[in-house]
Amino acid sequence: MDHKNWMGFVGESWKNSIDVRSFIQENYTPYDGDENFLSGPTERTRKLLAEFEELLRQEQEKGGVLDVDTEHVSSLTNYRPAYLNKELELIVGYQTEKPLTRGVNPFGGIRMARSACEAYGYQLSDKVEQEFLYRTTHNDGVFRVYSDEMRKARKSGVITGLPDAYGRGRIIGDYRRVALYGIDRLIEEKKRDKAEIAMGIMDTDTIRQSEELFQQIAFLQKLKEMAAMYGYDISEPAANAREAVQWLYFGYLGAIKEQNGAAMSLGRVSTFLDIYFTRDIQLGLLDETGAQELVDDFVMKLRAARHLRTVEYNELFGGDPMWITESIGGIGENGNPLVTKSSFRFLHTLYNLGAAPEPNLTVLWSEKLPEAFKRYCARVSIETDAIQYENDDVMRPIYGDDYAIACCVSAMKIGKQMQFFGARCNLPKLLLLALNGGRDQMTGLQLGPQMEPYAGDILDFEAVCGRWQIYLEWLCKLYVNTMNVIHYMHDKYAYEKTQMALHDTNVERFMAFGVAGLSVLTDSLSAIRYAKVKVVRDENGLIENFDTVGEFPKYGNDDDRVDQIGKKVLEDVYAQLKRNPTYRGAIHTLSVLTITSNVVYGKKTGATPDGRKKGQPFAPGANPMHNREHNGALASLNSVAKMPYDVCRDGISNTFSITPSTLGKTLEQQENNLVSILDGYFVQKAHHINVNVLNKEKLLDAYENPQKYPNLTIRVSGYAVHFHRLSKEQQREVISRTFHQAM
Amino acid sequence: MLKGLVHSFESLGTLDGPGVRCVVFLQGCPLRCIYCHNPDTWDKSKGMAMSAQEVLERVTRYRAYFGNNGGITVSGGEPLLQAEFVTEIFARCQEEGIHTVLDTSGHGVQKESLTPLLEKTDMVLLDLKMTTEQDYIQNTGGSLKKVMDFLDELEQREIPVWIRQVVVPGVTDSQENLIRLAQLLAGKKSVQKVEFLPFRKLCQEKYEQMEIPFPLGRTPEATESFCREYANRFYEIFSAEQK
Repeated sequence: MDHKNWMGFVGESWKNSIDVRSFIQENYTPYDGDENFLSGPTERTRKLLAEFEELLRQEQEKGGVLDVDTEHVSSLTNYRPAYLNKELELIVGYQTEKPLTRGVNPFGGIRMARSACEAYGYQLSDKVEQEFLYRTTHNDGVFRVYSDEMRKARKSGVITGLPDAYGRGRIIGDYRRVALYGIDRLIEEKKRDKAEIAMGIMDTDTIRQSEELFQQIAFLQKLKEMAAMYGYDISEPAANAREAVQWLYFGYLGAIKEQNGAAMSLGRVSTFLDIYFTRDIQLGLLDETGAQELVDDFVMKLRAARHLRTVEYNELFGGDPMWITESIGGIGENGNPLVTKSSFRFLHTLYNLGAAPEPNLTVLWSEKLPEAFKRYCARVSIETDAIQYENDDVMRPIYGDDYAIACCVSAMKIGKQMQFFGARCNLPKLLLLALNGGRDQMTGLQLGPQMEPYAGDILDFEAVCGRWQIYLEWLCKLYVNTMNVIHYMHDKYAYEKTQMALHDTNVERFMAFGVAGLSVLTDSLSAIRYAKVKVVRDENGLIENFDTVGEFPKYGNDDDRVDQIGKKVLEDVYAQLKRNPTYRGAIHTLSVLTITSNVVYGKKTGATPDGRKKGQPFAPGANPMHNREHNGALASLNSVAKMPYDVCRDGISNTFSITPSTLGKTLEQQENNLVSILDGYFVQKAHHINVNVLNKEKLLDAYENPQKYPNLTIRVSGYAVHFHRLSKEQQREVISRTFHQAM
Repeated sequence: MLKGLVHSFESLGTLDGPGVRCVVFLQGCPLRCIYCHNPDTWDKSKGMAMSAQEVLERVTRYRAYFGNNGGITVSGGEPLLQAEFVTEIFARCQEEGIHTVLDTSGHGVQKESLTPLLEKTDMVLLDLKMTTEQDYIQNTGGSLKKVMDFLDELEQREIPVWIRQVVVPGVTDSQENLIRLAQLLAGKKSVQKVEFLPFRKLCQEKYEQMEIPFPLGRTPEATESFCREYANRFYEIFSAEQK
C-alpha cells in the first residue's frame, strides 16, 4: 500500500498496518544541538495573539467564562465553523461557534450541565432540556446502581472526585493517525475489524465491541464532515506540514467537542510533526520561521480549548485545566534520543506566546537526553515555571517508546492502551475511621465494618496497624466496585467514540486508582510509632483530636524510618486493590496525585496524629507536608524518590518550589544545577516532578494584586495553572508550601 | 573511632563551591564576627557527635545530584577546629571520587594538623573577612595575618581558592577596602574567583532565640545589585594591579 502524500517517507510496515511508532522510528531526524536555530513570533503571530489575548482579558473580566452556548449540545458537527481572524489563522477550528464560548455537554449528566450554566448566570435552553428529558445519561446510569454504602463513602469524602457525573477523560486518541493515514483508511481498518469479530463467537464482550466499532466508524465519518465544514477534506493523508498539523488538530478538536473528560491530553506529537516540517523544509516549501508559526498557531488553538464546569468540579480541579498534555523528548528503545527540533519548537511557544498552563508540556527525562536539550528545558523551567518532568527511564521499559502522559502522570501506549480514571481515596480519613470503628466523627455516618472505637488513651502502633488493615481491605473492595459501576455506565452511556476510533480495536485497559494524603498518613503512623500520641475524645466517645508528645521522624527528610512506612502503605493499598476483579479485565494501577483536591480532602478530614489540625489541607500528591523538611531540598526529593513506581504505575506526583537564588547565582549556574538535580532525582527512579523557580513574595503579591500578574503561571500538581484562576483558598495553600531556600 | 561535632546538613548547596553540593556544617568557632550568620554554631560543646563514616553515609545519599562538578563542602562554625575529623571525611570522600571543598576563615588549626587535611582538600573557600589587621581584630577577634599565612600555604600547594568577603554597609563596602583586597591578593595564582556576599539579617531571629544581642541590628542589609557592582569594581582594580 502506498500513497502519493507519503512521498519521501521511508519504511513499509507502517504503510501496511496502522503503526505510527514505526513511521516515527524510520523517519525522524534526531537533533542534539542547542536552541539558537529557533525563530521568534512573526508579525502575523503577534497580531493574532493580540486578538486572542483581548478575548482572554474579556473572559477574565467576566469571571472566567466568556460565554456559554446553551442552545446546542456539544458534538462534532452541531456548530458552524468559527474563526478568530480567518485571514490570519494558519490552523483553524474551535469547539463552538465563537472562540472561548463554552459548549454544553450533558452526556455525563444533565443536572451537572444545568448547574454549570447557572453557576455563570446562564440557563440551559428548553431545547436541550427537552432533548435530554427521555435520555439516560452516564450519571443516571451510575446512580441507578450505586449502593447505599457507595453513596455514603462518596458523601463522607473517603472516596471523592469520582467521574460519575462528568466525562472520565484520561484517554488519549492517537490524533497523529488522522494526519498519517487520512480518515478513509482508518474507517476501512475499523470495518475490517468489525467483520472479523462477526466471524467468531458473539457474546457480551464481542457484541459490545462490535457496537462500539459501529459508533467509532460513525464518528470518523462525522470527523470528516466537521473538517469539511472548515473547507478541508481529511479523507486522505496529510500532504504537507500545515495539513499534518491541521489534520491532527481536527482529530483532537473532534474529541473535545464530543467529550468533556477531566483530562483531554494530546499525546506525543512534536517529533511526529517534525517529520513533516523536515520534509517541507528539505523541499524548500517551508523555513524555520514558517515551521515555528505553525507550532505557535497550533498551540494558540490548544490554549483556547474550554469546558463548562461546575463549582464543585473547580474545587477538585482548580484553575480551569484541560490537561492538554504533550509529552516531549524521551529515548527510543534503541537508545537514541527522540528529541528533534520540534521538541524545542513546542517549548519555545512559551516565549513566543508567553507563559501559560496549556498545553501541559511534559518533558520525558532521561540521563541520555542530549545535554543541550536538558539545559534548554532547565532554562524554560526557570523562566516560565510551565513545564513538568517525568522519568522516561522508568516508563520506557514498561510502555516502550511511543507512550504519552494523560492528565498529569498517567502513562499509556498511544492508541494501544487506555485507562478508566478513578480519582482517589482519602487515606488519613480512613485511618480516623479505623480508629473510630467505622464512624465518621465529622458527619456521624457509619461506614464500613462496625467495631468498638479504639479503647486506650495512647495509640499503640501494632494495634492501629491491625485496625488499619481491616478498614483498608473494606475500602479497596468498595472502591473497585464503585469504579466498576462507573465505567460500565460510562461505556454504556458516554462512550468515547472519536477517541477510541483513534485506538487499536483491541486495547489494553487500566483501572487507575489513587490516594490522597500520603504524607499526612505516613507522618501520623510515624508519630504513633516513635512519639506518644494521646487521644482526645468528643462527647460521643469518638476520637476527635490527638495530643502528640515527643519527636518523630517526618517524611521529607530522607529518613528511612518514616519513608519506609510510606512505601509500605502504598504497597498495601495496591495489594488490597488487586484482590478485587475489575470491569473489562482492566489492570489495576495506583497514583499518588491530588490535583488541587488536597484542599477539599483536608477540609473533610479531622485532626490527625501528625499534628495536622482538623480541616487543614493535605500536601499535594506525594509531597512531604510543608515545612516539615529540615535537611534541604535534596533530602526531600530523596524521600519522594523512595515511593515505589512499580506499585504506583499511574504516577507519583511531586511539586517542587525553589527560589531562584537557592538554585545558583547566575542563570547559567541555575540551569546547570537544575539539570544536576533532575538527573540525580530521576536516576534514583523517582517518577515525576513539577518545577517552580520563584520567590514566595511574588506569590504573596499576586495573591493581593492579581491584576498585576495576568500571566503568572505555576505548576501545582501534575499540571500548570494561571495563579489568578485558583480560588483564594487554593492560592493560600500553594503559598503555604515549602519553598526551598538557602539561609 | 574519632567523632566530630556536626551542627547540621544542607542537602542542596549551590552557593558554597561549584555545582550542586551537600554542605556539612560543623559545630564550634574561634571567631566572633560581628555580622555572624550562624551564632548557633559557636559553642564547641554542642552539636551531634558523628563519625566520619556516618557523615560520609549521609553525603553519599546525595551523590546522584553532584553532576560533573558538585560534591561535599565542609563549613561551620570553623571546620579547622576539627581538622582531624575533616581530614577523615575528606579522605573517605576522595576514595569515593567525591570532590572536597573546605569553607574556612583560616583560623583554629596547628600546622601539623593542617598539612594532612590540605592533602585531601580539592578546593578552598577562604573567607577573608577584613582587609586590615586592626579591623580584623576589632570585628572578628581573629587575625588577618593568620588568613594570609593560610593563603600562602594554599598557594604553595596550588590548591584552588575562591576568596569571599561579606559586604557589610559601613564596614566592608568602601573603595579603600577593594584596593586593599586587590593588594592582598595580587600575584596569588591559586585564587580563581573573588565573591562578595551581601550582609543579610535573616539570622536576627537566631540571636533573639539565643538571647544574645545582634551587634549589627541597626545596620542595613547589603543588596545583591550593590555586591555585583562592587565585584565589577574589584575586578577592574585587581586586573590593573596584576599588570
